[in-house]
Amino acid sequence: MALLDALTLSAGYNAALVATGAALLGAAAGAGGSFLFLRKRALVSDAVAHATLPGICLAFMAMVALGGAGRSLPGLLAGSALTALLGLLAVDWMTRRTRLAEDAAIGAVLSVFFGFGVALLTVIQTMSAGRQAGLESFLLGATAGMLLEDALMIAAGGLAALLAIVTLYRPMTLVAFDTGYAASIGISVRRIDLAIMGMVMVITVIGLKIVGLILIVALLIIPPVTARFWTSRTGLMVWIAAGVGAVSGYLGAAVSASAPALPTGPIIVLIAAALFAASMMLAPGRGLLAVLLRRRRFHRRVHRRQGLLALARGEPIHDPLTLRVLRGEALIRPDGVATETGRGFAARAVRDEARWQVARRTYRDTALSGRYDGLTAIEDVLTADEIAEIDRQIPSAVPV
Amino acid sequence: MTVAAVELVAEAGQPIAAPDLAAAPLAIRGLTVSYGEKPALFSVDATVAAGAMTAIVGPNGAGKSTLLKAALGIVPAVSGQVSVFGRPLAQSRGRIAYVPQRASVDWDFPTRVIDVVEMGLYRELGLLGRRRSRHRARALASLDRVGMADFAARQIGRLSGGQQQRVFLARALAQNADLYLLDEPFAGVDAATERAIVEVLGTLQAEGRTMVCVHHDLATVTRYFDHVLMINVRHIAQGPVGTAFTAQALQATYGGRLAMAHIAQLQLPQG
Repeated sequence: MALLDALTLSAGYNAALVATGAALLGAAAGAGGSFLFLRKRALVSDAVAHATLPGICLAFMAMVALGGAGRSLPGLLAGSALTALLGLLAVDWMTRRTRLAEDAAIGAVLSVFFGFGVALLTVIQTMSAGRQAGLESFLLGATAGMLLEDALMIAAGGLAALLAIVTLYRPMTLVAFDTGYAASIGISVRRIDLAIMGMVMVITVIGLKIVGLILIVALLIIPPVTARFWTSRTGLMVWIAAGVGAVSGYLGAAVSASAPALPTGPIIVLIAAALFAASMMLAPGRGLLAVLLRRRRFHRRVHRRQGLLALARGEPIHDPLTLRVLRGEALIRPDGVATETGRGFAARAVRDEARWQVARRTYRDTALSGRYDGLTAIEDVLTADEIAEIDRQIPSAVPV
Repeated sequence: MTVAAVELVAEAGQPIAAPDLAAAPLAIRGLTVSYGEKPALFSVDATVAAGAMTAIVGPNGAGKSTLLKAALGIVPAVSGQVSVFGRPLAQSRGRIAYVPQRASVDWDFPTRVIDVVEMGLYRELGLLGRRRSRHRARALASLDRVGMADFAARQIGRLSGGQQQRVFLARALAQNADLYLLDEPFAGVDAATERAIVEVLGTLQAEGRTMVCVHHDLATVTRYFDHVLMINVRHIAQGPVGTAFTAQALQATYGGRLAMAHIAQLQLPQG
């Protein structure tokens, strides 16, 4: 019942606040993470996220030193943004100025910044104000006692990120797909890359409270990867990813509100992972089940094709599945003799084979020969003028 | 493209090429580009004749692709100037279209053929400009020019190498530029695609546009191009194919890597 209340936003003011904030955060993370994924820089966000920890600690210490309680969320997030930016610049600088590959730079920055942050956490534990600070909650996210202004800040950051995505959608897609071409039409690749990373930084910082810095990378990566199963178009992928993120955030926050002992971040990530697993199984086209069904259909098509080629050559057919498939489509009569339709299809199959032989000889192209599977019609692969060229090379073009 | 057309353009191209360097479609002065501390190009001068079809020829690692990229500002130059139609690059971007090597992108990217071609409209549409039906029509017309109108809705991951090259060409066509810079458009494509590309380039030339191609197949230079620029880190030779594309220039460009026997096969004029 507590869960149902939470889901319907009737579990109280605070739970509704958290669920709405988490949904917005998830949407921003899913959409923003899509461009990281397309740019093949998903793991940079992990370095950025871990680099927030020293900033949180330093901001806390600074606020205590100035006589405050040190727990103001805006102050802590400002500090986290500062060191996250430093971490991002460090990765960028190492990749451009040294011979280190990006993955090595990410590893170095992530561990050093996070290690420094953990050391600072230990120091804070020894301070009198530190014991009740609860800064560890930023590691895995906790939403208990979230204030309205906290939620508003998260919502504002999420909306800003979504707005940036809508505005920069075209140049970000161009840079992700074809960097050189993007530069040739006057897009500043560096600025767009910085915009993508800046957006990720904002999402990371506003996600600290709800998801925590260790798992925010999951919320940036899992939704786009999930969305990729469902579509092969950039725009759809971005918005499906936003949807997956929003649903994960909303459900995760609701579940965690119904059982306050559960940390919010892991629940959100587990729900995102469940959506990912379901997509991997069920998505049409790229999902595993679809692949399985296609394989079965493929099986029948192989028998149909082989049957047609056998018909054309006048060879006897014994395979029961082949006979069943051909009879099913009325390509042969029950006694095994080809019908008129069957003869037509058989002639076409022979011509297709002949064209493929020429195509493979002339093109020597892996993308093409990879599709010579006996089933793909040449028309699916080549243009009309390419086929006409091939037909000129077939010694005795088979009349169809 | 017919032989007559080539000769006609070559004759007409002559006076244009000579004097007015300032307004040349592409003029490069003292261009040096380096990756790390090894120059990929050193102090290269080149002037592309208006309305001409120029081949950039040179061995692997000679800096051919780098020359195009530096001319487009994709890679930074250590020194040198580039002017496009007599103006700095930034003011002439709208008049240039670039066709990168097709191997330079990930073809598993989630997008369709028509979406790639519409990237060529970015300068017109800007960040948020609405894509209207006339834009879609122009992208489709560009696809049609390369013989791929039927492939508009196809996933780019399902194209052959030649088709990928055609899509890249169509994207450049959608830009409706005056100067086309193509990086190895004929590399690894099938015969039909090669013919289709040659035909499109011929039409563009007949419309008065200028083409510069990085080209690796020496055997087709005289057939496809009327001007040639030979480089090997440094500028070696430049001019109309008839006078500049000589055995001596080739020997100077390729050094010992191109055997005399190979050059003899090209049947070039001596001198």
